Amino acid sequence: MSQDLLSAVAPPAKREITTKPRFSDKVFRGVVTSGALSSLFILSLIFLFLAFQGFSVLRTEGFSFITTSSWQVVLDDAGNIDPTATVFGLGAMLVGTMLCAFIAIIVAVPISVLSALYLNFYAPAFLKKIMVAVVDLMAAFPSILFGLWGFFILMPSAEYWAKLLHHYLGFIPVFQLDPLVFTRSPFVAGLVLAIMVIPIVTSVSREVFSQTPLDRIQAAYALGATRWSMIRAVVLPYGRSGIVGGAMLGLGRAMGETVAVYTVLNVVYQVNWHVLLGAGGNVASMILLKFGEAGPQEIKALMAAGLILFLMTLVVNSIADFIVARSGGKGR
Amino acid sequence: MSTATLMKPQKPWQASTQQRLISASVFLVAAAISYGVVAATPMKGKLAYVFVFFASLSVLDFFFHLVTRGISAAKDAVARTVVAFGICVAVLPIVSILATVFMRGYKGLHFGLFTHDMKLNSVSDPIAQGGLLHALIGSTILVLVALVISLPLGILTAVYMTEIRGRFMRPIKFLVQAMSGVPSIVAGLFILAAVVYPLTKSYSGFVGSLALSILMIPTIARTSEEVLLLIPNDLREAGVALGGTQWRTVAMVVVPAARSGLVTAMILGIARIAGETAPVLLLSGGGDQVNANPFSGPMGSLPFYIWKSYSVGTEESITRAWAAILVLLVIVLVLFISARLLSERRTNK
Repeated sequence: MSQDLLSAVAPPAKREITTKPRFSDKVFRGVVTSGALSSLFILSLIFLFLAFQGFSVLRTEGFSFITTSSWQVVLDDAGNIDPTATVFGLGAMLVGTMLCAFIAIIVAVPISVLSALYLNFYAPAFLKKIMVAVVDLMAAFPSILFGLWGFFILMPSAEYWAKLLHHYLGFIPVFQLDPLVFTRSPFVAGLVLAIMVIPIVTSVSREVFSQTPLDRIQAAYALGATRWSMIRAVVLPYGRSGIVGGAMLGLGRAMGETVAVYTVLNVVYQVNWHVLLGAGGNVASMILLKFGEAGPQEIKALMAAGLILFLMTLVVNSIADFIVARSGGKGR
Repeated sequence: MSTATLMKPQKPWQASTQQRLISASVFLVAAAISYGVVAATPMKGKLAYVFVFFASLSVLDFFFHLVTRGISAAKDAVARTVVAFGICVAVLPIVSILATVFMRGYKGLHFGLFTHDMKLNSVSDPIAQGGLLHALIGSTILVLVALVISLPLGILTAVYMTEIRGRFMRPIKFLVQAMSGVPSIVAGLFILAAVVYPLTKSYSGFVGSLALSILMIPTIARTSEEVLLLIPNDLREAGVALGGTQWRTVAMVVVPAARSGLVTAMILGIARIAGETAPVLLLSGGGDQVNANPFSGPMGSLPFYIWKSYSVGTEESITRAWAAILVLLVIVLVLFISARLLSERRTNK
């Protein structure tokens, strides 16, 4: 009797225990992996298509596409493009891009580092929360808003500061200018870019500063350091590479900015080293300017310019990511 | 009752009343100096007050602390003032931007703005005529289409980086970072080169959305990654221990637990692209009438409307631009604040 019962409720057959993923998991992993590879896919497509469209221009111009500074489309009598006289050289706009971006970084980095120090080490808790939200909010503002604000509100003040700089520091070559035109200069564009970049640099530096090992901070205080000497001895050395990385990230953002620069800057195709002179441009704003009335050949040149801009920002951003990733995570 | 022996609790780290009084008076003196200096010299403007105030405050602080407490305390006091100056300079523009937009945009607001398009009006017409209905509808459609494309891709990327953690994790992390740095005009040019010239050959809302989703994917991916990393590992282990496959664990346990965070990621993605101008200028054109079909015809959008009104440059058109900016800013503010509230509720739980 009991024998029968036992055989009736016999344990189920032994299941196979395996680490091999089931079919559903294989599908899941496949879908997720291919979705995650979309960023690789899109980035390489951007490179391929811009290179494909700009190839003919890049081949005819060669290396002088970057080094020379004239951008001329010459038509012959029949209205076709004259290939010998037409030149595309991006040099002037590359100079302008770097100039505006560097002004932005020079202005933004000290302010951002001070703000990050304030938020991490000086601000009372309630103020810190509000300020962090406000600075983050600023990063979410659309760029056209910065452009219009820069044009209508910042420009009059910035012109005044530019005149001061010219008056008192005019002996330095970059502050010289020949026709006294202060409006819409790279200086103003750089200030607008600086304001757009401040939230980025601030949040990166804040992140890095907040990772400063607490024991070192407390050790500095225990040795009798004031708050400032603690910051100088512990926080700044620890966070230095993070600041550099944040600055590079900001540089990348400032180089690629289009609409704000276009609104504020007087985009003229010429090499302009004088930051206070109202002429200049950057690659992105030039693309926007020339795009409207560009013929097929010029569009190809603009695509090539876009490719150069893409590669530039990619390099700067990669270096920045590398530095920031290396600076975080150690200590504590 | 031997209260005399009980010490009163002391807080030596807090400033005493006397110290507070002294620092307040230093503050007042600095304010007075800034007022006097600005009045006496040819310097002008509100910013001059701020600048002179902080300069005189740091000088006063330095000498006061030098005399009372020595050189390192004096340096510390100056550093405190300079750091406070830094945050003030960082926050001043945002205050100015908000104030400007509300003051100037307010004049251009009227109810018809939300019920009329610009089919029968030009931007230089009196402000009471016409509106930005077409721009609002266009922007909404652009954002929704971009969202449909980039939300799955962004979340899949985040799930890969937090759940699967496979061979490609480091390169993908790097690529997502790199993608978030792609300038918006390059995204526009790419869609132009890859889709518009070879395939569609015309403006439409859809190609604009494609460019916007390139900008949106990295934002969503990075925010969702942060959110998914916050989900405790116990949940995943519990799911697997109960016999769930990885697919079931992620879909039934991890993602529902992170739901509000993923919504935050979505909102931040929308806020990122809502005001993006350059790709819209290149790709979606800008009609003056309501066009609800993203696949054909130019489609208006808020940034394009602002751009167009600003470029015309008459008084009415610039008022229109400020009004549209106000609408855009309010949308961004609402999105941003709701994202904040959602993420705060999550962290408090």
